[in-house]
Amino acid sequence: MEEKSKNKFSIIVPTYNERLNIALLVYLVFKHLRDVDFEIIVVDDGSPDGTQEVVKQLQQLYGEDRILLRPRPRKLGLGTAYVHGLKHASGNFVVIMDADLSHHPKYLPSFIKKQLETGADMVTGTRYVKGGGVHGWNLMRKLTSRGANVLAHTLLWPGVSDLTGSFRLYRKSVLEDVISSCVSKGYVFQMEMIVRASRKGYHIEEVPITFVDRVFGSSKLGGSEIVEYLKGLAYLLVTT
Amino acid sequence: MQLCLAHKWIAEQFIIANSMKHVVKILTLVVAITAFWIGLLQTSVVPCSHTWLLPIYFIVSLGCYGLLMVGIGLICFPTCPQEALLLQQDIKEAKEYLKRNKIDVGSD
Ligand SMILES: Nc1nc2c(ncn2[C@@H]2O[C@H](COP(=O)(O)OP(=O)(O)OP(=O)(O)O)[C@@H](O)[C@H]2O)c(=O)[nH]1
Ligand SMILES: [Mg+2]
Repeated sequence: MEEKSKNKFSIIVPTYNERLNIALLVYLVFKHLRDVDFEIIVVDDGSPDGTQEVVKQLQQLYGEDRILLRPRPRKLGLGTAYVHGLKHASGNFVVIMDADLSHHPKYLPSFIKKQLETGADMVTGTRYVKGGGVHGWNLMRKLTSRGANVLAHTLLWPGVSDLTGSFRLYRKSVLEDVISSCVSKGYVFQMEMIVRASRKGYHIEEVPITFVDRVFGSSKLGGSEIVEYLKGLAYLLVTT
Repeated sequence: MQLCLAHKWIAEQFIIANSMKHVVKILTLVVAITAFWIGLLQTSVVPCSHTWLLPIYFIVSLGCYGLLMVGIGLICFPTCPQEALLLQQDIKEAKEYLKRNKIDVGSD
């Protein structure tokens, strides 16, 4: 109990054109984290749709100490967005989640509970266990996801079931340590984070989450993802 | 005493294995398997013609394992259609709240 009251959670949310989603997300976070000390750090990369104006309105409503806007002038990528947000985090735990509502804030309490129960350094949301799942993927997307997963498991033996999910809770010092040794981008970045954490011997736990593909806004990751993924896999094989 | 030494040896192996890059681990495994195979060839406990085919069997079964795992993964792919409905409700609720508090999120 003592321990519980001391913990503070910094929720880092990178956004790019998430005007509507960020408002919905903030409401849902406040709804589901009632008696927890937390702050939301929004890292917006100069979204042209006015995401920052919405965040400022939310600050008026919820308080500037609860919602921190830490923007950057232009689109500089996800990996560095986390590093940037982390610099401003005042909690001893950090949660990383997407703004597009495919990571539902209702799972936050189960992340926190799991950490408290096990004392883990990192709790990762997994879609591929009982109680988890995905909605809104077509057959092709499922096939690539499964193929990628089997390949990564046979080659890397990571010890966790969901490598590319990015809904995770970290002890702050652990995130700082792991993120400083990561260089990849996109999906490979999430994989690199967890593989490196596992190689460094950090205690990793999993909780089931469901993943509903984004309803509003458009996807920003695209292009030759499969090639990038294979390159990333090779890179992780020789460097970890 | 013997036991103690054995423990120490195992612990050392673990440390070596942990500091090894992952490719090295996999290559070690490959080398070990190859050595075993060459051993089989030379001692010819099993007929030579069979031993020569073993690598092919090995690769084929590895491929089958991969396909099987992907297949099982696809068939048992966990889906959650009810979650999409719940999310729609949450969105509606959130939108109403935001509207009441005069947060302008646009018409969409
Ligand atoms: N700050 C910042 N945020 C970004 C950038 N790219 C994406 N994001 C945000 O990162 C999160 C994940 O991006 P998505 O586009 O949803 O990526 P995804 O989930 O792999 O793709 P979808 O299938 O479309 O959901 C969202 O909250 C985005 O707004 C970026 O360059 N900078
Ligand atoms: Mg998304």
